[in-house]
Amino acid sequence: MTTMQTPPDSLIAVKQVHKSFPLPDGKGEFNVLRDINMTVRAGEVVALLGRSGSGKSTLLRIMAGLIPPSQGRVFSNGKPLYGANKNVAMVFQSFALLPWLTVQENVELGLEAQGMPRDERRHRALKAIDLVGLDGFESAYPKELSGGMKQRVGFARAFVLEPQVLLMDEPFSALDVLTSENLRGEIDDLWNAGTFPSKSILIVTHNIEEGVFLADRVIILGSNPGQVRGEVVIDLPRSHDRTSDRFKALVDYIYTIMTNPEVEVTASAPAIVSKTPTETPVPRSPYAKALPHARVGGISGLLELIIDQPDGKDDIPRLAERIQLEVDDLLPILDSVVLLGFAEVSQGDVQLTEIGQDFATTTILRSKDLFRQQALQNVPMLSSIVQTLQEKRSRSMRADFFLDLLDEYYPHEEAERQFATVVDWGRYAELFEYDASEDRLYLPELVAAAVTEEP
Amino acid sequence: MLKRTFPSPEALRRFPFGLADIAVILGTLVLLALIARIGAGTLVSFQPPDVMPGIDLDPRNLPYYAGRSTLRMFIALLCSTVFTLVYGYVAANSRRAERVMIPLLDILQSVPVLGFLSITVTGFIALFPGSLLGLEAASIFATFTSQVWNMTFSFYQSLRTVPKELDEAMTLYRLSRWQRFTKLEVPSAMIGLVWNAMMSFGGGWFFVAASEAISVLNQNYTLPGIGSYVAAAIAKEDLPSLGWALLTIAVVILLVDQMFWRPLIAWSDKFRLEQSASADTPQSWVYDLLQTARIPRLLGKALTPIQDRINRLLSALTPPSPPRSDAPEQPNDRLYSLILLFVVGALVVTAIHFILTTVGINEVVTTFGLGLLTLLRVTVLLIFATLIWTPIGVAIGFNPKLARLLQPVVQFLASFPANFIFPFATLFFIHTHISINWGSILLMSLGSQWYILFNSIAGAQGIPTDLREMSMDVGLQGWQRWRRLIIPGIFSAWVTGGVTASGGAWNASIVSEIVSWGQSTLIATGLGAYIAQATAVGDWPRITLGIGMMSLFVVGINRLLWRRLYRLAETKYHL
Repeated sequence: MTTMQTPPDSLIAVKQVHKSFPLPDGKGEFNVLRDINMTVRAGEVVALLGRSGSGKSTLLRIMAGLIPPSQGRVFSNGKPLYGANKNVAMVFQSFALLPWLTVQENVELGLEAQGMPRDERRHRALKAIDLVGLDGFESAYPKELSGGMKQRVGFARAFVLEPQVLLMDEPFSALDVLTSENLRGEIDDLWNAGTFPSKSILIVTHNIEEGVFLADRVIILGSNPGQVRGEVVIDLPRSHDRTSDRFKALVDYIYTIMTNPEVEVTASAPAIVSKTPTETPVPRSPYAKALPHARVGGISGLLELIIDQPDGKDDIPRLAERIQLEVDDLLPILDSVVLLGFAEVSQGDVQLTEIGQDFATTTILRSKDLFRQQALQNVPMLSSIVQTLQEKRSRSMRADFFLDLLDEYYPHEEAERQFATVVDWGRYAELFEYDASEDRLYLPELVAAAVTEEP
Repeated sequence: MLKRTFPSPEALRRFPFGLADIAVILGTLVLLALIARIGAGTLVSFQPPDVMPGIDLDPRNLPYYAGRSTLRMFIALLCSTVFTLVYGYVAANSRRAERVMIPLLDILQSVPVLGFLSITVTGFIALFPGSLLGLEAASIFATFTSQVWNMTFSFYQSLRTVPKELDEAMTLYRLSRWQRFTKLEVPSAMIGLVWNAMMSFGGGWFFVAASEAISVLNQNYTLPGIGSYVAAAIAKEDLPSLGWALLTIAVVILLVDQMFWRPLIAWSDKFRLEQSASADTPQSWVYDLLQTARIPRLLGKALTPIQDRINRLLSALTPPSPPRSDAPEQPNDRLYSLILLFVVGALVVTAIHFILTTVGINEVVTTFGLGLLTLLRVTVLLIFATLIWTPIGVAIGFNPKLARLLQPVVQFLASFPANFIFPFATLFFIHTHISINWGSILLMSLGSQWYILFNSIAGAQGIPTDLREMSMDVGLQGWQRWRRLIIPGIFSAWVTGGVTASGGAWNASIVSEIVSWGQSTLIATGLGAYIAQATAVGDWPRITLGIGMMSLFVVGINRLLWRRLYRLAETKYHL
């Protein structure tokens, strides 16, 4: 093993971490994270940005010591980490408050676990509750509070421990737009004022603006398996002015990176550590190439929104803001649109192709034809399923058969989602029918007839 | 209205050291005195067959007998709770233990409790020679086994479904295992646990009554209690005494509900996992009274330091466990599975060998035939109960006012021990010359039909209003409406009710296929009567065979029928 040195001011260092989960029925492993290296230094705010499937939450939990890595090491304060990390506290997406404890009892929980005397922990808890602006709610139960106030309790519970690094797992994504805006601003103010109860912050998010607004450094994760694609340094004075051109340029740039898996994270933003993702070999099976999880309704809806723009071209950040969709929801749809050849994405813009424009404006029947044509051309999984059905004398096949094939490459839950997506596409394209009660796929009469006519 | 007789909490708060406190003090004293008086009775001398406690049929003794039975119920409940917490915790936290404990639980749930009495009674009498405690323990044990499995399953399920982020928060904040248990695991399981305990407790009356007066191994054992009072009244053909017993048990069930279960349910409502306030919270006047009184709070405050010290001590003893690893099966695990398989195989072979060498294969075929007969009875019962009670249940469920009024009544009927009604039904059969072969179906249904009704009401309430309005709107009527809306809508609730009812009916067959009034005894042909007769004469091979066959039937039907229906309910008819 090579000697692993951590920079002196690194609070958390992740060295060559791999993580994989076993696939069902001993079919091998599913890689979630590959060769992750990163550090969190004292005095900085780091954002981990990635799409769903990039393993960002898994990485956060590995740093918290909640999940052991399959390979590699995590160092906390230069010491290898075993078990739960004592130097961090976490703020959860779902707040993770105990509903049967009052606000104060929830905040005191970590101190109680340390065995701190009652008076001392009471004193500290009150101070933390004060800091998040929940004065007067000490004896309220979580169910009496609004979402934003619940998350304030979540922050107070983490603050009271005065951790070295505060970990946040999409802390604002369960809140409505206004509440999250408000709370995010307050957390930023608290950090900028220099009175923050932790030395560093590591925030996991799928909201690009949020990352650029809060962080000094945005680390971008690629998907399948999760890997560090590079980092973007946010070279703006704190607090980051959202209206500045540089802010917009950075957001645009990150959108470009996130919509193009091939783009190297370099240029435009200074001081960038770049890494080219190693090219994955051409997948052996049509089932190994994952479909983006988008329903046909979402695909045509997006196309119809874009066609209303001049030249059938739209700026992705603006589009996302206009339709209030976050990266996790928007990007799969964009991916499908690109995969099906309805649009192209470059420089943070999305541009409809001719077929895409045709699809967005024509009648339902014709758009189904277009969709079928594009799907058979570009989605190997669909054409493979149709082929399998055609080879069967009964023109039908158990759904389990295809699920088994998918199980080879994905954890079972993901295999089921892949199957649901491919069924949605195939049904819309009228390539096959799916009978949910019998759990079988059928060739529709017409397709079957057309096939038999062919010699 | 019962509630009006007590002043509202607001009014009570006006007194400095309120009426509520006086009520609480008096209540506590009365409770302690009752327990002392009744508990003393368990220690009387018992030297079978010379010295046996008798039953005095004077109705004035009924409160005392009822108290004895109630005390047994609560001791059994306490044992069930402790067992549940330990068994459920171990099963949920050790993968290896889980693989034995959960299937075992599944089987134990299906074994007819009453068939076991013979084994446990002899065992416990040997444990406490010369004292009634042996019989007492056997009765408590029978009640315990009727209550515990449901509760344990519910607790285990809750432990397995603790929300992931809460679990992670507890790990990250380094709570000791004791703290995790008291702050997260037990509270998140509380509501399910209390409801299950209440339902099981209701079912327990049947078993406590049945286990107080039994004949085992050619010996009649009588334990003072309301069940043995009924048995004595039956032997003496004393109808008025039976009436008094019926009245007493009704009052006791109501009292326990008001004084114990309602407050408990009102209290446990704060353990709801939903993070938003719900509109209607359960109410209890006893709980309100305890909340208003100051003594409980003062007492609580005075005990805090001690509590803190105990918590700290237990926390120090149970350091936080490392995060669960997701490693695949170890080679050791395979060895473990092999050993398990071997042990199970050896047990089965021993049982089969024992049966074959003692009673022979013919007897096995006979019992199988008897099992089919009892199965036929259970099936007829389920069909009739469904045909009669589902329409009524749906009518009640669709009418919120009626439902609120009748639901407690149905709950009461479900927990009313059916064996108290048996003598009246027996008399009826004797006078009308109805064959017990058919009559036993009615007897079995006395206890189990309510589950169908109960769940039909709940299922109908669960059908969304807009679906009902839609069905009116498109003009669905009569059978159409049932076929398209109601049957699919209440299906999963009906399955739950059906499983419970069928389990209850199998168990009840042991006491309802053989009933007596005075000197006349009616015996039906069936597996239940077979077990009861074998138990009475202490024929071990036949007891083993009978119980084994019945368990096989119950487990088999659960696997073949109910589990499939459950899956169908979960996938297709999920609302």
